Amino acid sequence: MHYMFLIYNCEDRPAHGDPRFEEILKRVNAFADECRNRGVFVAGDPLKPVSTATTVRVKEGKAVLTDGPFAETHEHLGGYYLLNCRDLDEALELAEMVPQAQFGATIEVRPVDHIPGLNHGVA
Amino acid sequence: MSDLASAAVERVYREHRTRMLAALVRALGDFELAEDALQEACSQALRKWPRSQVPADPFAWLLTVARNHALDRLRHAQMARTKLPQPPEPATMTEKQLIGLGDERLSLIFTCCHPALNEEARLALTLQAVAGFTAAQIARTFLVAEPALAQRLVRAKRKIRDAGITFEVPADHLLPERLQGVLTVIYLIFTRGYTTADADLRQEALRLGKLVAALMPDEPEAHGLVALMLLHDSRSAARMTPEGDVVLLEDQDRTLWDVEEIAEGMTLLDRALRFGTAGPYVLHAVIAALHVQDPVDWTRITALYSELLSVAPTPVIELNHAVAVAMADGPDAGLKLIDGITGLDDYHLLHSSRADLLRRLDRRDEAAAAYQRAHELAVSPADRRFLAGRLRSLEDS
Repeated sequence: MHYMFLIYNCEDRPAHGDPRFEEILKRVNAFADECRNRGVFVAGDPLKPVSTATTVRVKEGKAVLTDGPFAETHEHLGGYYLLNCRDLDEALELAEMVPQAQFGATIEVRPVDHIPGLNHGVA
Repeated sequence: MSDLASAAVERVYREHRTRMLAALVRALGDFELAEDALQEACSQALRKWPRSQVPADPFAWLLTVARNHALDRLRHAQMARTKLPQPPEPATMTEKQLIGLGDERLSLIFTCCHPALNEEARLALTLQAVAGFTAAQIARTFLVAEPALAQRLVRAKRKIRDAGITFEVPADHLLPERLQGVLTVIYLIFTRGYTTADADLRQEALRLGKLVAALMPDEPEAHGLVALMLLHDSRSAARMTPEGDVVLLEDQDRTLWDVEEIAEGMTLLDRALRFGTAGPYVLHAVIAALHVQDPVDWTRITALYSELLSVAPTPVIELNHAVAVAMADGPDAGLKLIDGITGLDDYHLLHSSRADLLRRLDRRDEAAAAYQRAHELAVSPADRRFLAGRLRSLEDS
């Protein structure tokens, strides 16, 4: 089953040049390697800061743009993993290992839905 | 014949309901479908058995009929979705595999107590699926409206199906933590029966605990939990007057204690201790065992609470430790510890324990204020009457 890991609250990640940057990079890469070794890795990316977000709504056939994120909360989506796990137990075990979680991020684990007739991006 | 047949259905259902449900959830991967299918199989049995013979293996008969009914429903649902004349076979076990399944009740218990479900859902689901309570009974037990409770159950069952919670005993590296989770659910059911003086609920918790202990005989914590519940339960006739007033341990009429339950608890505790490692439930059971001795060895109880604090520290255990210290070393020492506890400001037992120690130290005004606070926080009528009585006797003396 495919699980989406939505990583919230990891906005202030150390920038390139910060002494912690190399350390975190190493851990994030190690996590992705662990996922690949287990054969569960499908995708995973960080997102640029919420200040770069544009929100689109369609009203009466016309796009209405908002400069900013969808929800005015303090906890923003900062990245994701898409993993093909055996079951929820494996997904939760991996969620606990997500390096960003060690630095205060919250991981929401959601199973990917399968709708008959829908051409899925993932198998 | 008809009476005999319905008695036969009822007997198989009563004795094997949990096993049949477990097998069907395993085979179908869906709680709601499994429950409906089992209900349908029972009503078919009530219709058919009186007219023919009670089958040689009623258990297998019910399982097979339930499975076939569920498969029909799945096929219909798929036909409606795909509009194909011949939809693919739903992926489930064959009849033979289903009948040949071993005892899946442990898988059922672990699934109901999965940590991805919230605590209320775990309790309700365990009572319904494993203990066979109706939604109405569970709603009454936890003082919630029945529709809300039913909704909670449906949500939990769908989450199990849709989020990929596997129906199985967890892998070895997850087992210790997950077993503690299962035991916690059973103990919460027991304590609910204890605080509401509901003997049936306590018996149900005992049955659940004994089932887990029987299915996992090499887990000392499972035996420890059953011992703990038996030792608490043994005193239930003595801890309330017939009018429903609280009687403290030192004032209890020991002839009202259930000696059989004490003996059974002690035997189980011995067995648990022979494993050599004592987890939280075994330690709690040892403490409960010391409480039924005369005189009570408070120094040993103090040491055991210290040990509990090192394995599973909680503010409530800190409080129990402080009370034991007060019994062993005097009220001053206990009071110092109580005043260092944080996070229990809204817990009436913290304030009533404090009040009791202040009373023994003859600090009456402070004692009265603490009893007052405990009285405001206490919920059960018996506790409130007890605290009001303490407050009055303090003012009278």
